[in-house]
Amino acid sequence: MTEQATGSHHPQPRTRNAVPAATAERMTGAQALIRSLEAVGADTVFGIPGGAILPAYDPLMDSAKVRHVLVRHEQGAGHAATGYAQATGKVGVCMATSGPGATNLVTPIADAHMDSVPIVAITGQVAAKSIGTDAFQEADICGITMPITKHNFLVRDAADIPRTIAEAFHIAATGRPGPVLVDIAKDALQNQMSFTWPPQQDLPGYRPVTKPHAKQIREAARLINEARRPVLYVGGGVVKARATAELRILAELTGAPVTTTLMALGAFPDSHPQHVGMPGMHGDVSAVTALQKSDLIIALGARFDDRVTGRLDTFAPNAKVVHADIDPAEISKNRVADVPIVGDAREVLADLIVAVQADHEAGHKGDYSEWWNHLNFWRNTYPLGYDVPKDGSLSPQQVIERIGQLAPEGTLFAAGVGQHQMWAAQFIKYEQPGTWFNSGGAGTMGYAVPAAMGAKAGVPDATVWAIDGDGCFQMTNQELVTCALNNIPIKVAIINNGALGMVRQWQNLFYGERFSNTVLHAGAEHRPGSTQGVGSIQNRGTRVPDFVKLSEAMGCVGLRCESPDELDKVIAEANAINDRPVVVDFIVHEDAMVWPMVAAGTSNDEIMAARDVRPDFSDDLDD
Amino acid sequence: MSKHTLSVLVENKPGVLARITALFSRRGFNIDSLAVGTTEHPEISRITIVVNVIDELPLEQVTKQLNKLVNVLKIVELDPTAAVARELVLVKVRADNESRSQIVEIVQLFRAKTVDVSPEAVTIEATGAADKLEAMLKMLEPFGIKELVQSGTIAIGRGARSITDRSLRALDRSA
Repeated sequence: MTEQATGSHHPQPRTRNAVPAATAERMTGAQALIRSLEAVGADTVFGIPGGAILPAYDPLMDSAKVRHVLVRHEQGAGHAATGYAQATGKVGVCMATSGPGATNLVTPIADAHMDSVPIVAITGQVAAKSIGTDAFQEADICGITMPITKHNFLVRDAADIPRTIAEAFHIAATGRPGPVLVDIAKDALQNQMSFTWPPQQDLPGYRPVTKPHAKQIREAARLINEARRPVLYVGGGVVKARATAELRILAELTGAPVTTTLMALGAFPDSHPQHVGMPGMHGDVSAVTALQKSDLIIALGARFDDRVTGRLDTFAPNAKVVHADIDPAEISKNRVADVPIVGDAREVLADLIVAVQADHEAGHKGDYSEWWNHLNFWRNTYPLGYDVPKDGSLSPQQVIERIGQLAPEGTLFAAGVGQHQMWAAQFIKYEQPGTWFNSGGAGTMGYAVPAAMGAKAGVPDATVWAIDGDGCFQMTNQELVTCALNNIPIKVAIINNGALGMVRQWQNLFYGERFSNTVLHAGAEHRPGSTQGVGSIQNRGTRVPDFVKLSEAMGCVGLRCESPDELDKVIAEANAINDRPVVVDFIVHEDAMVWPMVAAGTSNDEIMAARDVRPDFSDDLDD
Repeated sequence: MSKHTLSVLVENKPGVLARITALFSRRGFNIDSLAVGTTEHPEISRITIVVNVIDELPLEQVTKQLNKLVNVLKIVELDPTAAVARELVLVKVRADNESRSQIVEIVQLFRAKTVDVSPEAVTIEATGAADKLEAMLKMLEPFGIKELVQSGTIAIGRGARSITDRSLRALDRSA
């Protein structure tokens, strides 16, 4: 995804390769499906065939425009579509058969729904006349995915296929993006129909508002210039609207501090002096405190998620809120907005720039110099950091930090879910939008490998690193077979601490160090498990399976790194391999924890910079 | 707690009602009453939903979420002072030669209708606002209610304006 300068922005997707409405061609529904996918510009489909979707796979074999990547599990297809969508800015596509094929897509669909990622899932369904009879491999996938899709369709008639595909891609990509499922009965794929393109879309109830209200923009600009302690709270919507160039202009124009959420890392350069970090449960002290002590929050494409606000009734008690979002339902959902703005982030920012500038010219410009004194104090006093283990073992933070520092320009990063995800958010520096993918809202373990695969398939020239944990990796690693066989050479770093690290951290802090079922390196006979000393023989990381051998068995290069002296050499070795996927098993210290931390359900005022270290805030700001 | 009546105009397509009711339950709302039917335009159905809510904010949230459903064309909350709301009840009341005339008197009092009579029972049809029907049922209760069936509330705004006008235009444009 690239930055684009201010200009006319049309969030409506253009139908690419559209042929002028020609005379109708007779063909099967399956042929019409592939022709429709070609017409909307889908160049890559991740999927697995099966009984009900079989008719679609026959014409797919002959398509010169649509590449199908045969995955090893449908969940991998779904996350790959998500990775592809986020890396390319296009709609990702996955395909599966009816019944279990379709239900295996449920997790990635829910994941895409939570993170507003545009994907289209195409599933086969039993023949129309068999629907509702508990036929072989029948599942009501439309019913199942109703709460986790932006919209879904059941197609019973071949003639409806082109229109439905066009509508599905339109809905997925416009407004607040999201997953759309198209379930097609087998006989609809087999029957003859007349194909014309473009089809007439029929969506009278779908009208996303993209143009912000001028009065609200003026009011927001007035508040920005009146505020003494404003913060730009930037969410994933800014990345999805490709509004990062505008964001930078507004930030520099106002001089206000910027925080980027987990979904927005890279929307504003980490190296920029106005960037105060990531907010939230494991955010920077400076970012959490900036929001908490602010008198004006300008939320842009962010949704006041509980992981950001902490206990809601104590969140930013003195702040007025300007909330801009493409989805009206997000505004005032968790925190009441003083100035609600419904609109596309790019249009909102473009209009705000003009309005703020007009105020400046009229002599109204906010003075944030005292605010910056405080912000700089917090930033300098509580920087992110970690301790290097004294026993000479690898620190997971150091591994991730070095991967980031040694990565070639333009590297894309995908993370799983857990401690390694937070460290990857904290210790890799993101300068460009669309270079960081993770499962933010759903928290889907196993996301990293298939998402990295999808990203690499979409942007083959970029280096793609998956930062994974030994728990996550065991959920979806079979997609490395897909990568090895289809020339998708991703790199995977397994941050192997022998445990379900984030859960273990909570057990450590909140469950009296009772490590119930978070040990991955040993079986039940070792309970209570991995408390037998760091780096003990009991825990030198997960060794069953042997990740190096496993990776080699899947057609990848397998490397292992166990000590800090080898670290740079092994990372360089992995970076140098571009003809095959590489997996590096980093055996790390099991007791490392993610800091800072706001414990779940507590106030952001209670942020802990490290264990037993609560930052000292100058409370004179609480007026 | 306050009662709110929402009129929801939707595309007349399979599965739309399920999308709407499922949304209410997953956002934590109980539907008090529900009525669905087609409108003067065969492609549009109208769903009347009555919900009991503790405060206004979550209702606004559920209305916004409803608006996001692709098949929903329009949502209007009807102000009870500017709308007419009606329910229909069919009620079977125990009756003998002694009580029948008293029951018929109650029926006339409430401008209801007797739709079926048998030696042991009378079946009454009544329409009206919820409070009127409640009052009638209270009067009938001492005779013994054998069976009661009630429709959901339907409601329409007073005056000449129609909430379907603009939605129809949207539908025509897309057709």
